[in-house]
Amino acid sequence: MSTAAAAEQRLHSNALSSAWEFVKHHVLTVYALLAFIYLMLPIGIVIAFSFNDPKGRFNYVWSGFTLDNWKNWDGVPGLRSAMVLSLEIALIASLIATALGTLIALALVRYGFRGRGVTNFLIFLPLSTPEIVLGASLLTLFLNLTIVFGFWTILIAHVMFCISFAVVTVKARLIGFDRHLEEAAMDLGANEWATFRRVTLPLIAPALLAALLLCFAISIDDFVVTYFNAGPRTTFPLFVWGAARVGAPPQVNVIGTVIFSVAVIGMVANVLVQMRRERFAAAAD
Amino acid sequence: MTVGENGNPDVRLVDVTKRFDDVVAVDRLSLEIEHGSFYALLGPSGCGKTTTLRMIGGFEQPTEGEIYLGDAEVSSLPAYKRDVNTVFQSYALFPHLSIFENVAFGLRRRSIRGQTLTGQVNEILRLVGLEGMGKRKPSQLSGGQQQRVALARALVNKPRVLLLDEPLGALDLKLRKQMQLELKGIQHDIDITFVHVTHDQEEAMTMADKIAVMNHGRIEQLGTPTELYETPATAFVAGFLGVSNLIPGTVSSSDTVQLRRGPEVRVRPEALQGRTGEVAVGIRPEKIALGEGQSNTLDGTIVEEAYVGVATQYIVETACGRLTVYRQNASPGLNGASPGQRLTLSWSPDSTFVVDSLEGPE
Repeated sequence: MSTAAAAEQRLHSNALSSAWEFVKHHVLTVYALLAFIYLMLPIGIVIAFSFNDPKGRFNYVWSGFTLDNWKNWDGVPGLRSAMVLSLEIALIASLIATALGTLIALALVRYGFRGRGVTNFLIFLPLSTPEIVLGASLLTLFLNLTIVFGFWTILIAHVMFCISFAVVTVKARLIGFDRHLEEAAMDLGANEWATFRRVTLPLIAPALLAALLLCFAISIDDFVVTYFNAGPRTTFPLFVWGAARVGAPPQVNVIGTVIFSVAVIGMVANVLVQMRRERFAAAAD
Repeated sequence: MTVGENGNPDVRLVDVTKRFDDVVAVDRLSLEIEHGSFYALLGPSGCGKTTTLRMIGGFEQPTEGEIYLGDAEVSSLPAYKRDVNTVFQSYALFPHLSIFENVAFGLRRRSIRGQTLTGQVNEILRLVGLEGMGKRKPSQLSGGQQQRVALARALVNKPRVLLLDEPLGALDLKLRKQMQLELKGIQHDIDITFVHVTHDQEEAMTMADKIAVMNHGRIEQLGTPTELYETPATAFVAGFLGVSNLIPGTVSSSDTVQLRRGPEVRVRPEALQGRTGEVAVGIRPEKIALGEGQSNTLDGTIVEEAYVGVATQYIVETACGRLTVYRQNASPGLNGASPGQRLTLSWSPDSTFVVDSLEGPE
């Protein structure tokens, strides 16, 4: 066995092991990248096709870049009023659901009362029930009560399925809440209301904001439950559904892109604020 | 502000009982806390000391009995209507407010504003040594500093009584020692009654003028640190405050006790307090001399020796069981006594106390 052969063998095994090292180090990156593409590709297509200039009524084949869809975002009859209705419903429903959800969460976390277990269960029920069942049963209820379908039935339906999300979000924050903070406030002369306003509310505010955003997102996007209970009114998801049967205007992609961008901007802003706060805290130390 | 105003103590509990479902946390407790005193509630966990404090603060309502602050019966008043403030064990500083706003919280609730507010907050921050820290958030302070903020936040309201719930529990030993003396100094300067809950006997003895030793929801013994240490009334108190040697025996005359497996020893007649029959004789380890010289003696053999700096600790096997003896290391070098050595222990009747029976602390 010559030294040269031994050296070559060593080199060979080195090359093999460094290749293995490379795979070991990057396999997770590659995997994550693929998963990310899988998630983002449909959204990318929605955004891209908002700039499409379709030949015909269907916006499914790329046929040229244009900004017309963005300039004429409400150029499709009914789109603007559907969007306005969706925003109204989402705003009001998320406010009501968060307010009620916060109070329910407070009761569930803070007090032991008869029926607490049942309430906890009932709160989870809408989260686990198929929407189609929720929608159909609400429809039956409204029909039996002979309520006129429209704005109010949509709002009631949305508040109903949003409340559960609000309760779960606020509850998580309350469970980690140090009750001594409230005792300290009372000890310092704050009555129940002042304690809630000055101590409890500011401390659970992040959870309330999260609940609001979550409810807003779920409400503006809901189709199934709304479809059953909208009556003559049309929300944005219902409009898209209706439009898709006779043609798909690229303006739908425009609205979709805007909603997505607002969400992304919100998240980025949140991260930036957090980073700034940390840097500020570190600097003050 | 003073006792002379109405003659009533600052805090008075009359037959206070607190039950949580079936558990009796505080059992017909009565106590009086004089104005300006530093009063400690001392006991093991679960003895009811914290519940007692929380009832004074207004965070728990007594099941039975009355609580008075000065003349006023406050048992059913909420915390925010009581002229007491609390330093919580966890400090409970408001994380969303600056140090200044934390301290100003109580003043703002009483509608104090502007210059008066700023002046009072800054003055109290100076008192606790946190001048210029007002703009920071609680999370940016060390444990010791947070503790001072909690103290300042309570004291700035000039309460009738300040309640301290294990305030030094989260601090390390060195800082705790320092804060003990500081707290004592602050209490002396501002002339506010302090009620302090702790399970640390050394802390209670360092700071308090009066200590109530609690066990099973009741006061075992009430007294000054010296009284509790020199003449504990029960085996529990003897064992909870420092180390005690307790030897079972029978009262044989008005000033002697026959040890169960040993000689007869002399005690002060006051120490017996009319007890007859089975008792236990107690001697603190540092009051026993290695060698003869005092009138009570007991023979034994040294089985263990441990050098602990200020003193050397000996375990001595005697006919009455193992006794712990401390000998102060007043001069350099070892004390000359070593394991295996036979010797006579002796102690004075004056430093001998008598307790009822030998149940001991758990």
